[in-house]
Amino acid sequence: MEPAPNREIADMAGAAALPRKNGELVFDEAWQGRIFGMTVAMSHEACFEWREFQAQLIAEIAHAEREGESTSYYERWLHAFEQLLADKGLLDSGALVERTRDFENGRRDDVF
Amino acid sequence: MSGTHDDHAHHHREPESILSLRVRALESLLVEKKLVASEAVDRIVGAYEQDIGPHNGAKVVARAWVDPGYRERLLADGTAAIEELGFGGVDLQVVENIPGVHNLVVCTLCSCYPHALIGLPPVWYKSFEYRSRAVREPRVVLREFGVDLPESTEIRIWDSSAELRYLVLPERPAGTERLSEAELATLVTRDSMIGVAVVQPPTAAAR
Repeated sequence: MEPAPNREIADMAGAAALPRKNGELVFDEAWQGRIFGMTVAMSHEACFEWREFQAQLIAEIAHAEREGESTSYYERWLHAFEQLLADKGLLDSGALVERTRDFENGRRDDVF
Repeated sequence: MSGTHDDHAHHHREPESILSLRVRALESLLVEKKLVASEAVDRIVGAYEQDIGPHNGAKVVARAWVDPGYRERLLADGTAAIEELGFGGVDLQVVENIPGVHNLVVCTLCSCYPHALIGLPPVWYKSFEYRSRAVREPRVVLREFGVDLPESTEIRIWDSSAELRYLVLPERPAGTERLSEAELATLVTRDSMIGVAVVQPPTAAAR
């Protein structure tokens, strides 16, 4: 069976609340679903507590709004997730830049 | 839904956004480090997309529309009938909209709601304004939601409680005779199962 949605995640309130349409989650593009799923998966694996990520996300949204950035909700989510992973020593930002370039120029094309 | 991301990888599509590339790179790194399994991500996205939302309730409604026997069982004993479809965990009474009778669900005390069937309650459902006005002036509230009922239509208000939840069985829209049960389910919205909307026939563009 599918894992049951966790209310702590689904019911986030305020600026951190998940974008919805007619009560359903909305992922406008596939990558938004992937980043959402990765974040939830890593919290299941106890890489971090959900509330740690939520606090990071709230801070990221506040920062973006202060700076007047027009970034989307899931773009801010991505930044928050990267920052949390970096803080936990789980992600090397240099490696991410390099790997992104590999996908961009077609050196890699893993299918997810 | 596992299929949604597959079209990413094909070469013949338009250039991928930098954000999409970055997320793929991130997933690739995290999978390599065994911090994430792509199958787990698939399952989570599917669960959140499908389990939270009105899908389950829409399936119940569509079944009742195509199967008169099921409709009867659903109206007689909602709790047992939704268990037939694998949904449960809630004592449910289903109330049917018919010509001349419109049903509206509210929870005047808090925000009791059949989550298992229609997901999370919208913000307005929890608001003091809706909880008080739905009972006092339902016709006005419905008009604000875009449902303009003739004066002759009786409006029945169902006040949910922790013990018993209500679900509206909306009227099947005209012109949907040829649709399959699954197609019908896609027409059924959350709001129509609360009673603040009617189910619309599919638009020409969507067909």
